[in-house]
Amino acid sequence: MARVEDQAGLAAAEADISQAGARRLDLAFRSGAGVFSVLLLLLFWQGFAHSGRVTPFMLPSFTVVLTYIKNDAIGGDLWINLGLTLYRATVGFLIAAVGGITLGALMSRNKYIHWFFDPIISVGFPMPKIAFLPVIILWLGVYDVAKISIVVFDATFPVVTATLAGIAAVEKELLWSARNMGASERAMMWQIVLPAASPQILTGLQVALPIALIVEIIAEMVMGGYGLGGAMMGASRFANSPGVFAGIVEIAVIGFILIKAMAMIRRRLLIWHQEAAEPTTA
Amino acid sequence: MTAIKTLIRYSPLVLLALLWEALARLNIVDSLALPPLSKVAVAWIDLIRDGELITNGEASLYRAFMGLLLAVLFGGVLGMAMARWRTLDIFVNPLVELFYPLPKSALIPITVLWLGFGDGSKILLIFLACMIPVTIGAYNGARGSEQVLVWSARSMGASRMRMMWDVVMPSALPELLNGIRTGLALAFILLVSSELIVSQQGFGYLIGYLGSTGAYEGMYAVVLTVAFLGFAADRLYQVLMQWLLRWRE
Repeated sequence: MARVEDQAGLAAAEADISQAGARRLDLAFRSGAGVFSVLLLLLFWQGFAHSGRVTPFMLPSFTVVLTYIKNDAIGGDLWINLGLTLYRATVGFLIAAVGGITLGALMSRNKYIHWFFDPIISVGFPMPKIAFLPVIILWLGVYDVAKISIVVFDATFPVVTATLAGIAAVEKELLWSARNMGASERAMMWQIVLPAASPQILTGLQVALPIALIVEIIAEMVMGGYGLGGAMMGASRFANSPGVFAGIVEIAVIGFILIKAMAMIRRRLLIWHQEAAEPTTA
Repeated sequence: MTAIKTLIRYSPLVLLALLWEALARLNIVDSLALPPLSKVAVAWIDLIRDGELITNGEASLYRAFMGLLLAVLFGGVLGMAMARWRTLDIFVNPLVELFYPLPKSALIPITVLWLGFGDGSKILLIFLACMIPVTIGAYNGARGSEQVLVWSARSMGASRMRMMWDVVMPSALPELLNGIRTGLALAFILLVSSELIVSQQGFGYLIGYLGSTGAYEGMYAVVLTVAFLGFAADRLYQVLMQWLLRWRE
């Protein structure tokens, strides 16, 4: 004879399954609605541009902007601008990532390094470092080195802070057992400390990436030359509004792809971590 | 005792300042590229005296404040409404997700195209850019508010508005305040850069103007002022945050 508890368990399991089903349905519905509302936005853009309420200068229609991007792609300028912006932003970001993690790790190991850099990082982090752009121009000119330098300067701070916080939060038991089993300092860093701190380090990188993109675009706008920011500014100077809107569409696509890619890399790298098992909200 | 500790803690900054002065004075680096810090201080006092730093600073801070205020009002309400009202959530959330990864600086030329070189374009820029983190903060915070509290408030006869204000808002506050903090940092970045690019007034304009006329001491003075203000604003905001959240354990 089946006991009541069994039945209750069965009911709970069934509820679980149906809940999972509902969640999947909800997800499908949500992504459908997502595509729908983005399409709605584009449709609204197109309709509003043609309604006669705004001049084509204020808001060129979406199809005009798409044609502009297409011509730019055929002419080849798009690829040069895109490539240069991506190159500078990623090189700057990678230097900031490696440098920031290294500095954070060194600071956690050595109290003198910590003493020296701690106030610089904590005062420098909330500063609008973009204000130093004219100083960078004065020192390094307006070419790639200057553009990459300001990206590095700005994107390093969140990485250092996140690395420090991540390392500080590593469980002492892990360190004790590793040391007990005879791990060298070097092995401790690479095999225990950095992996255990990696969720927070990755969060720091996820903060640094949008900063790198924002700053790269600003640097290109101020310094001019090739690159998506420079092209947008050039179009704006010649009152070429399809060019300006084409720029924002291109930059939006780049930002979207890079930031989604970063989130994917996080999920892959942290597949072993308990956060991967938790339901995501994003 | 704490004074000495603070002194030791921040002494690297003093060392950096001394190093700066020495490098410039001993001509190890070109004093044009790096004027001595003492000369920068003199230039700063001059800029305060003739009022240039004050008038441009006022213009900048007004823009940043207005943009951020609008973003907090609109973003806060939108985020909380999205969290409580599913239909709105389903249709607006994808748009928030679409604009979240946009490097916000790309909006600079567009706002100039719409509103010109003055205050309006900067306020619009800061409003649009800061609205995203504020909305996300309010949304995440309000979603975390306990359903039981909402139900009890409703069953005790609280109106929807009152329930939002008395129940949802306080529980959303910590995350909302974090979103605003991100917005505050973003506001400073976009303010200075938009003023550097196109403006006739403001900190960024003054930096660009002094730089182009070769008055590098003055340029450094304004750059350091802006950097300090950004830092001070963040620290003040943290104090405000702690005060607003003092009821929490």
